[in-house]
Amino acid sequence: MGSLSGQTAIIGIGATEFSKASGRSELQLACEAVVAAIADAGLRPGDVDGMVTFTAESSAEIHVARNTGIGDLSFFSRVPHGGGAACGTVAHAAAAIHAGLAEVVVCWRAFNERSGERYGLGQASRPMDTNADRAAYSWMTPFGLSTPAQWVAMFARRYMHEYGATSEDFGRVAVLDRARAATNPKAWFHGRPITLEEHQASRWIAEPLHLLDCCQETDGGQALVVVSAARAKDLPHVPAYVVGAAQASGRDQHMMTSYYRPTISGIPEMGLVGDQLWAQSGLRPADMQAAVLYDHFTPFVLPQLEELGFCGRGEAASFVADGHLELDGSLPLNTHGGQLGEAYLHGMNGIAEGVRLVRGASVNQPGDVGNVVVTAGTGVPTSALVLGAR
Amino acid sequence: MTTYDDRLAAFSGRVLVERRPAPDPVNVPMIRQWVEAMGDANPRYLGEQPVAPASMMQAWTMRGYAPTDASAGAFEELVALLEEGGYTSVVATDSELDFHREVVPGDHLSVEEVVESISAEKRTGLGAGRFVSTLKTYRDSADEVVATQRWRTLRFRPAEPAPEAVLRPRPAINLDNEFWFTAAREERLVVQRCADCKALRHPPGPCCPDCTSFAWDTVEASGRGTLYSYVVAHHPRHPAFDYPLLIAVVELDEGTRLITNLTGATADELTVGMALEVEWLRADADLTLPVFRPVRPREH
Ligand SMILES: [Zn+2]
Repeated sequence: MGSLSGQTAIIGIGATEFSKASGRSELQLACEAVVAAIADAGLRPGDVDGMVTFTAESSAEIHVARNTGIGDLSFFSRVPHGGGAACGTVAHAAAAIHAGLAEVVVCWRAFNERSGERYGLGQASRPMDTNADRAAYSWMTPFGLSTPAQWVAMFARRYMHEYGATSEDFGRVAVLDRARAATNPKAWFHGRPITLEEHQASRWIAEPLHLLDCCQETDGGQALVVVSAARAKDLPHVPAYVVGAAQASGRDQHMMTSYYRPTISGIPEMGLVGDQLWAQSGLRPADMQAAVLYDHFTPFVLPQLEELGFCGRGEAASFVADGHLELDGSLPLNTHGGQLGEAYLHGMNGIAEGVRLVRGASVNQPGDVGNVVVTAGTGVPTSALVLGAR
Repeated sequence: MTTYDDRLAAFSGRVLVERRPAPDPVNVPMIRQWVEAMGDANPRYLGEQPVAPASMMQAWTMRGYAPTDASAGAFEELVALLEEGGYTSVVATDSELDFHREVVPGDHLSVEEVVESISAEKRTGLGAGRFVSTLKTYRDSADEVVATQRWRTLRFRPAEPAPEAVLRPRPAINLDNEFWFTAAREERLVVQRCADCKALRHPPGPCCPDCTSFAWDTVEASGRGTLYSYVVAHHPRHPAFDYPLLIAVVELDEGTRLITNLTGATADELTVGMALEVEWLRADADLTLPVFRPVRPREH
């Protein structure tokens, strides 16, 4: 069958507004995003024959399909592990199209994560059963380790210890994201940049994480339409070709608490994703003109740069401080403002930004972007894409 | 200045309920109803010379169901004073009856109630309260005393419902992890060990990732280790914990790591790599957890 690289493209993107209280059902948000993405693709709902979302999604494909006029489906799947699923949805879509299981696949994620069930409040009070997923919390929540910020903070402290990174090094990521969001009218933090001093002065959430190391919580929805490369050529937008698409779970993988590996200062599953991307595409990190790296918490942006090969181990802090991630740097980062600045949409809004970068349509377009790497949730089994103009 | 206690003490010896005649004389129909209701077949009560059951003493003089003036008397005054002190609830605690003669049909009884004493505030299971002791005197129409009743009630301030103790989040116990929490209840820190290749593993699981053996046992850990990483948690706050909360990953001398809490140190005293030792936290009746404290220098 041959490589997946370049065989499919994201041809439509659509989103709701990003808010703190949508006032609408999660199903409605999903439908709005899906309808918008299909329209952006220049297609009609009846053209869609495949759907992919997260296991975390509350609106099953049958509800979204029934409500939006999507008819017969020949392919549907779901990707687990929270935000780690984001790019995996496109990988599933691309694989299904490449295998002939479907022609037009919609990927989406929508939630009232701020006004509804807030992940940031932690797992301490969630209903209990005794399956393996739930039992895994037995090693955390009785000790008060129950929120994503705390889970990440444990990795961050060790990273600081091993590489001499500081809270300011994490803070530079937040400052950069908020600078991009400040000029993005769609971003929640539009017009509201921050300084490193403000980052340092923000209250502790879970040391070494300040409040401004933690992404916001958002209500909203984001959808993407994936078609074959051949079909994409007939549709209105510049295709964002799926040059690479990969999922990975690492050895001794846990959900956000892989603290038992020989070292925890890296993100092995992201390294595995990177290896696949470069192998599929024949490209190298230096071939990327931009990056959209998952930034639910700033500390994990640093080892992502290392795992993907943009810098060596332990070098990310200086790589960031040297300005590589600025708009005029070698790897402009999170031009939409990231999840810290634009919206926390479980990484799906980052894929849409990758599409806009390839189209040349980002509000913070850094120049021509031939290829952009987009990653999904960190600390969990994850996924990533290379989207390209070729 | 008259204190609250003085005002209560002033009730001692006071007539609480003025002498009040029974609505009806002692009579056979009421005796019959009583013994039938009580199932008491003693032939004396309804024989040739009927005698009222002693247990009916209060019944003869009870107020009826009709509304009565509830604002006037000393009794209402005392109740108001007790309510002023917060003693809003009442429960009868003792009744000692002393009979001077048998009561027979035709006797027309009366009752008078006098305060004997009001105790200082006592702690009771129901809440803080005062015991009010009174003496009820039952007389016949000739003013002869037929019985006395020492009557004691507790007037109490209902205890605030104790704030429900918030427990640490429960571990989800299943067949794969139960042994560890059971050992912890016995203050034993154990590590799962593959029975075949002897590799240690934590968190535990049913299968050895090194040799796929499903056979396992445990070894008891030394309880010594080092601080591998830690978090100082501030927000959000769970009511079972004190914040800032020190959460750590400790690497045991045996080589496995576990998530735990740190005790006996403040956040600024922590350094990655410091030596730690186990201490047992009895979180509640069902949950005992290993936590770790810095090894004190003198113990080296
Ligand atoms: Zn083994």
